[in-house]
Amino acid sequence: MNPLERYAPLVEDHEAFFAACEQPLPSVVRVNSINATPERAKRALDEEGVGYEEVGWNSQLLRLDERGPGTSWPYFHGWLHGQEEVSALPAIALDPQRGEKVWDSCAAPGSKTTQLSAMMDDTGIVVGNDNNLGRLSALRHNAERLGVTNLAVTRQDGRNFSLKPFGFEEFDRAIVDAPCSCEGTIRKNPDTLDQWTLEHVHSVAAIQKGILSRAIQATKPGGTVVYSTCTFAPEENEAVVDHVLETEECDVVDFECPLESRPGVTGWEDDTYDDRVENTHRIYPHLNDTGGFYCAKLEVTA
Amino acid sequence: MSNPSKDNDLVSNVGQRFGRLPATPADREVEGRASREEVVDFFDDRFGIEPAVFEDFTFWEKGKGKIWIFAADVPSPIRIEGLGMTVLRTRQEHWKPTHSAVQRFGHHATKNVVKLSAEEAAQFAQGEDQEVEWDGDWGYLIAAHELAGDRVPVGVGLYLYDELRSTVPKGNQESLTVL
Repeated sequence: MNPLERYAPLVEDHEAFFAACEQPLPSVVRVNSINATPERAKRALDEEGVGYEEVGWNSQLLRLDERGPGTSWPYFHGWLHGQEEVSALPAIALDPQRGEKVWDSCAAPGSKTTQLSAMMDDTGIVVGNDNNLGRLSALRHNAERLGVTNLAVTRQDGRNFSLKPFGFEEFDRAIVDAPCSCEGTIRKNPDTLDQWTLEHVHSVAAIQKGILSRAIQATKPGGTVVYSTCTFAPEENEAVVDHVLETEECDVVDFECPLESRPGVTGWEDDTYDDRVENTHRIYPHLNDTGGFYCAKLEVTA
Repeated sequence: MSNPSKDNDLVSNVGQRFGRLPATPADREVEGRASREEVVDFFDDRFGIEPAVFEDFTFWEKGKGKIWIFAADVPSPIRIEGLGMTVLRTRQEHWKPTHSAVQRFGHHATKNVVKLSAEEAAQFAQGEDQEVEWDGDWGYLIAAHELAGDRVPVGVGLYLYDELRSTVPKGNQESLTVL
């Protein structure tokens, strides 16, 4: 059975949902503002005869007509980075500012991390953490290619991350783009659900709770923490936010989602969640022709 | 603090961590480590990149002679996986700027920039060596081409005996359109 069938009760338009999941994903690139403006990148694509259309909600995202992003001059120069449209959302929700200290707990391979750096005009510090050496090397390669100089890379278990090497006590903001069951990436990786088991969903949810808790603890009072996954399972989304609302000093903050979304669900199977999770966002593939996604914005209260 | 004037007072470099470069050679505490002043002077002398470009950055060494540039500052030494971006290879006779350094800062250069034609740029991006016209210094040059109305660095070239060797790293090499 297709594991996605279990989410039918959550989606109004089942047919559109399942149909979208069968479609390949458009090829989207983000303009790396450290090295180029959208105008400059578009002019380079024009000179090379690469067709694109602008993504309406964000001037730095371009949908390419055909080929992948890796074989054009502006990509070679680090003006572009291949990044799924919906995955630009958590950094936008986080809204990092110049000169701040930001933690990216699960940074590799670095699309969101380098987006944070660009949003901060490559100032301040982004601490990009991951626990997998192979994935860290992809993060390092991408950061170098994009000219990022404000990134410090660490390899720790995010659940008990230590700031000790850095000589400061807390971050201004943190982003937890958690390891997940990746159900929402079905359009990119059609065999992603072959390995799906409910046990895995539950075990990864425990890790997610641990990392998100640590992110809240490591962020200053009044600071922002964004939690996101590319999966539909409420066990990995609302249940994780519900957990930290109960165990950590934080609250859900509503944010204007630039993509069409649906509110977080307050009940799933036998469980009910804190009503505040309604202010988090579920994004289904058919709503904006993207991958599936979940995003919650939290404020640290003490 | 040890007296840095005598070489035998210097501690040896530890490869697995980042150490901040000393401000000047006189502040040196780690044997053979380049100073910030020397690094900034190198980019100024070789490529005419103004020292002001690097004012807000710190410089670090990890591994033997690998220099990194970081937008902020942290305690030194620091044992982490990465700190900013690699910029320069020192501890060899001719210092070599990295591909990423030239992509990020090369547009500030005012000398030792070799302008490539569309065909030459495509060859260079593929990592291929070629004969080019150049009557300036031998050694490391910034290879650049014209794109979107600007002169844009393609990478670091090593110019020797009428030949420009592309040093674009394997992972960055690409077969691209002749514009």
